Amino acid sequence: MANLQVKIWRGAEEGEFQEYEVPRLESQTVLDVVTYVQRRLDPSLAYRFACRVGVCGSCAMSVNGVSRWTCRTHVSKVAPDDKLEIAPLRNLPVIKDVVTDMSEFFDKWAKARGRFTGSKTRKDAFAEVKPESKQRKAVDAAIECIGCGVCYSACEVVTWKPDYLGPAALNRAWTLVNDVRDVAQQERLAAVAGDAGCHACHTHMACTERCPKGISPTAGIAGLKRAILSATLKGEM
Amino acid sequence: MTMNTRSQVLLWGAQRISAMLLAVCVVVHLITIIYAVRNGLSAAEILGRTRGNVAWGGFYALFVAAVAIHAPIGVRNICAEFGWRGRGVDILMCVLGLTLAMWGFRAVWAVVS
Ligand code: HEM
Ligand code: SF4
Ligand code: SF4
Ligand code: FES
Repeated sequence: MANLQVKIWRGAEEGEFQEYEVPRLESQTVLDVVTYVQRRLDPSLAYRFACRVGVCGSCAMSVNGVSRWTCRTHVSKVAPDDKLEIAPLRNLPVIKDVVTDMSEFFDKWAKARGRFTGSKTRKDAFAEVKPESKQRKAVDAAIECIGCGVCYSACEVVTWKPDYLGPAALNRAWTLVNDVRDVAQQERLAAVAGDAGCHACHTHMACTERCPKGISPTAGIAGLKRAILSATLKGEM
Repeated sequence: MTMNTRSQVLLWGAQRISAMLLAVCVVVHLITIIYAVRNGLSAAEILGRTRGNVAWGGFYALFVAAVAIHAPIGVRNICAEFGWRGRGVDILMCVLGLTLAMWGFRAVWAVVS
């Protein structure tokens, strides 16, 4: 097999692409390529990963211009011509090379009240949630988020409007809006409403197209808009 | 000054409902166009249909109202993306809506009266 021609971003916000030659192997992932560069060619390269199997959400990068989880992205899928350009995720500050600062991304989850607020104690019985209930199904469709930031970096509205909460935080809020045990619903709806919240979304679905877990934050955001309108009309907000 | 959240939510609701109205109105409008041009388009024929007709007058008035509500809300969203937010743009959008409404109702009046 031919060698891969790999360009990787070096530096921080200011920087440049550096070229490396990496042996092409069978079943090679993009993360394998970055790891090869760091272990064999240039130990000063900074990148992030942990699980290597699509669970932890730490390895996302921009690969040939598209945000992806690199540990489960096969080179054969994204580089038919054996060329790779690997850059940090968009819409996040770059710390070094392909490592981005995710603090704002996760701060927005907190702002969107992405934390469960229950009312029961350990002495109470378990809540019963029917698997076939509408709300439980809505949760199922959105709960498998790994917090990788791919959707956030694919969303144009985040680029245009840096204070926009973004698809991942709103998707998280949507799972809790559908959690029948949660008692902070009004506060949560208020936190995600308005021009910096779900109402900024243009439904153009870049997040949904890119999410590696097959989640549709777009659908959740549309659900939030409906829930907020109905709460507003009922005078609950 | 930015608008309070409640107003932002109601604006979205208004845009949603006006969009639904527009979807219906556009379909009716297209069918009418196809029907109207079947043997050439003439002012006499159009006016023959609309003059004194309360139903057509009502339909076009609703159509105009939906456009006058829908367009400024959407344009406001787009302005916000270019960093243009706040009271100034909100006032300008009211002016845009009123202008659309004025032109539209004037046109409706012209064919119905
Ligand atoms: C002709 C019939 C039309 C239909 C069926 C229609 C439908 C829609 C729908 C469904 C939405 C999304 C609303 C939502 O988020 O729920 C929308 C948004 C919008 N519409 Fe229309 N529309 C029409 C005409 C117009 C016209 C004449 C304008 C003129 C400026 C316009 C400008 C916009 C803009 C700027 C948005 C906002 C996009 C966004 O914020 O994502 N639309 N429209
Ligand atoms: S659908 Fe909404 S959240 Fe998703 S990418 Fe588009 S604007 Fe962003
Ligand atoms: S919604 Fe999908 S793309 Fe967005 S952070 Fe969660 S797993 Fe990643
Ligand atoms: S390394 Fe954990 S998701 Fe890729």
